[in-house]
Amino acid sequence: MIAHAIFFYIFSIIAVISAIMVTVSKNTVHSVFFLILDFISISCLFIMIGAEFLGMIMLIVYVGAVAVLFLFVVMMLNVAQQKNQWFISKESSGHIPIGLIISVIIFFELIIVIGGWKYKPELFNPTNLSITKEISNTHSLGQILYTDYIHVFQISGMTLLIAMIGAIVLTFRQREGVKKQSYLKQISRERAEGVEVIEVASNKGVKIDD
Amino acid sequence: MIEIGLGHYLTLGAVIFSIGVIGIFLNRKNIIVILMSIELILLAVNINLVSFSIYLGDLSGQVFTLFILTVAAAEAAIGLAIIVVYFRNSGTIRVEEIDKLKG
Repeated sequence: MIAHAIFFYIFSIIAVISAIMVTVSKNTVHSVFFLILDFISISCLFIMIGAEFLGMIMLIVYVGAVAVLFLFVVMMLNVAQQKNQWFISKESSGHIPIGLIISVIIFFELIIVIGGWKYKPELFNPTNLSITKEISNTHSLGQILYTDYIHVFQISGMTLLIAMIGAIVLTFRQREGVKKQSYLKQISRERAEGVEVIEVASNKGVKIDD
Repeated sequence: MIEIGLGHYLTLGAVIFSIGVIGIFLNRKNIIVILMSIELILLAVNINLVSFSIYLGDLSGQVFTLFILTVAAAEAAIGLAIIVVYFRNSGTIRVEEIDKLKG
């Protein structure tokens, strides 16, 4: 239990500090790095608490895909140089105090909810989804993910497909002056437009069209 | 303090959620940091779901965390695509200069 407390405090302090650094660091690349650190510490917490599959999936999906996507876009858009003028332009920053107040109010509301929350065991009837110690976390998740939640699972797959199509459609750009291969043109070629019989005069060359 | 319970995890989720909201409100730099703050908020929701799932002994929280993960990945892809298109069209993604709607 001591070890649990120590590791919880270590990981959560790292997570909170890196979350703060994501929002306040002036360089966007540093923000992405701190976001990766945040994801890694939270996934360590998940693994520690007993949700190993989600911890690993969070490592793969967030750190391996989402954060790398962020890094790609940050480096592609060259926004790392736009780090000047932070809190400098005063005329349009009138919403900062209100934003701070609203955030603090949200935080205290959440804290009040957490503090006043009571768990009534008789209202909670564990179904077949209860966590058992006999089989591993991944095994039990797989058992209910492909049976009870199969439709939601399929819908999430459709969401990913639509997101992929949307990203491709949004960023696709037809460039001018780029030579492309057209299969339809290639296979519908006739002999008449490809081959030409030329009378060649003796001792003269043939000038191929250029 | 030593006994780590559900309240500790929920407090951690609340702190990260609030940091994400503050990051959205106070951002002056570019939209990418706002997208990262949204990722932080989704992460806080995931922490809440997983800790409830573990401490109540019900697996459905973890299943829905998986779906939130999927939606977060899709949202990041679409959002970054929109940002790339906007940058290509207008040359900037700083929050202050995006005022086409005059809001």
